[in-house]
Amino acid sequence: MPPPLMPLVVRDLTYVAGGKAILDGVSLRLETGARTVILGPNGAGKSVLLRLCHGLLEPSAGHIRWGVLDPATARSRQSMVFQRPVLLRRSVAANIEHVLKVKGVARARRLPMVTEALAGAGLASLARQPARTLSGGEQQRLAIARARVTAPDVLLLDEPTSSLDPDATRAVEELIRAIEAAGTKIIMTTHDLGQAHRLADEVLFLNRGRLLEHSPAAEFFRRPRDPLAARFLSGSLLT
Amino acid sequence: MAEFPDAFAAALRLVLTLDAGLAEIVGLSLYVSLTAVALASAIALPLGAAVALARFPGRRAVIVLLNALMGLPPVVVGLVVYLMLSRAGPFGELGLLFTPAAMIIAQCLLIVPIIAALTRQAVADLHEEYAEHLKSLDAGPLQRIATLLWDGRFRLSTAVLAGFGRAVAEVGAVLIVGGNILHHTRVMTTAIALETSKGNLALALGLGLVLICIAAGVNAAAAILGDAAHRRYG
Repeated sequence: MPPPLMPLVVRDLTYVAGGKAILDGVSLRLETGARTVILGPNGAGKSVLLRLCHGLLEPSAGHIRWGVLDPATARSRQSMVFQRPVLLRRSVAANIEHVLKVKGVARARRLPMVTEALAGAGLASLARQPARTLSGGEQQRLAIARARVTAPDVLLLDEPTSSLDPDATRAVEELIRAIEAAGTKIIMTTHDLGQAHRLADEVLFLNRGRLLEHSPAAEFFRRPRDPLAARFLSGSLLT
Repeated sequence: MAEFPDAFAAALRLVLTLDAGLAEIVGLSLYVSLTAVALASAIALPLGAAVALARFPGRRAVIVLLNALMGLPPVVVGLVVYLMLSRAGPFGELGLLFTPAAMIIAQCLLIVPIIAALTRQAVADLHEEYAEHLKSLDAGPLQRIATLLWDGRFRLSTAVLAGFGRAVAEVGAVLIVGGNILHHTRVMTTAIALETSKGNLALALGLGLVLICIAAGVNAAAAILGDAAHRRYG
């Protein structure tokens, strides 16, 4: 029985790049279950926080623990979807099969897993098409299907719909809900208030590298405790 | 200068009638250069990818060296291989000097740096895009290299074709280690040099025509492949 991945505990996390603090003393604790949305304006440090938690970046100070594991060890039980999906120069199906191959899944088991993953994302009819010729929404759904195929405990999504139209956004959000319903913890970033409304069970509000509020979504949207969060919710541009 | 049109006409006749002597020389040229390219690719593709991905002290110097070796003078490579394979040399017992094998070795050494340096650049560019995804997957070094070589296959095929172009067109190295022996080690470039000096311009021009067609064909293939790949895979 592997050790549990949750809770995610972050203490005094700081990340400095080019002499500038991108994250400044962030502390938080996330439990299993709830859909967590990290909300904030562009440049708030949301993507960097996600990358640090996934072990893609090393903190300048502070520490991160997934249960008893450090981020690099915990990474094998997580998947991450990037804002601009990194799709290999191969077919749609080959993109998913590549992940399974890297993870050491036997060749005979790969085909049914690929077929199931594509069907789950509504991409079965595009299996043989070169991945990079898909539309933006299809590309993001492929990236999510690819991240999901290894049945991760945690799925991290960085602004998964930032450049998509409403129909494509709806399809991606439905996919995220389906993945959560199957038992995967969702942690995602967005600067889109509407999306946070639709998807969040809990909200972390980040601005200029500082975590200003961590509340259940209903409470955050009804009565935010932080004045800057209140201004963000009212549509003001935070500078 | 009146002999030029006659020589050109004779050369065309040789090419169009598939003259046996000319075909033998062209065949040996292709055998030597294609074998050299296959061997060099087997060495240079993983080597270039490894240098692109690995971080080690002196890496910068290795990159500069690889780039510098792209301009290796063929006669120097020929001389070094000659010394290695000559009877008094360390590999003299193998008896390879003045055989096609020696020519393959020389051409291989000549183009390994070219293919490796172009591979390093192509893989480094692709890795910039793929690095986070591959790290997220916990892909090991060999898995990373395999992924990047496969996804860079069209750009790398241009590198391989560049190596082939260099190999098939060089004369210095194969002349020194092959000896330009009729029916044994005579290839297009050495034959052109010899036939020109003998005044047999028809055969020299015929071989020159074939060589130009091969070079143009290789370039066209590289361009078509690159365009097709970009349209299909982005």
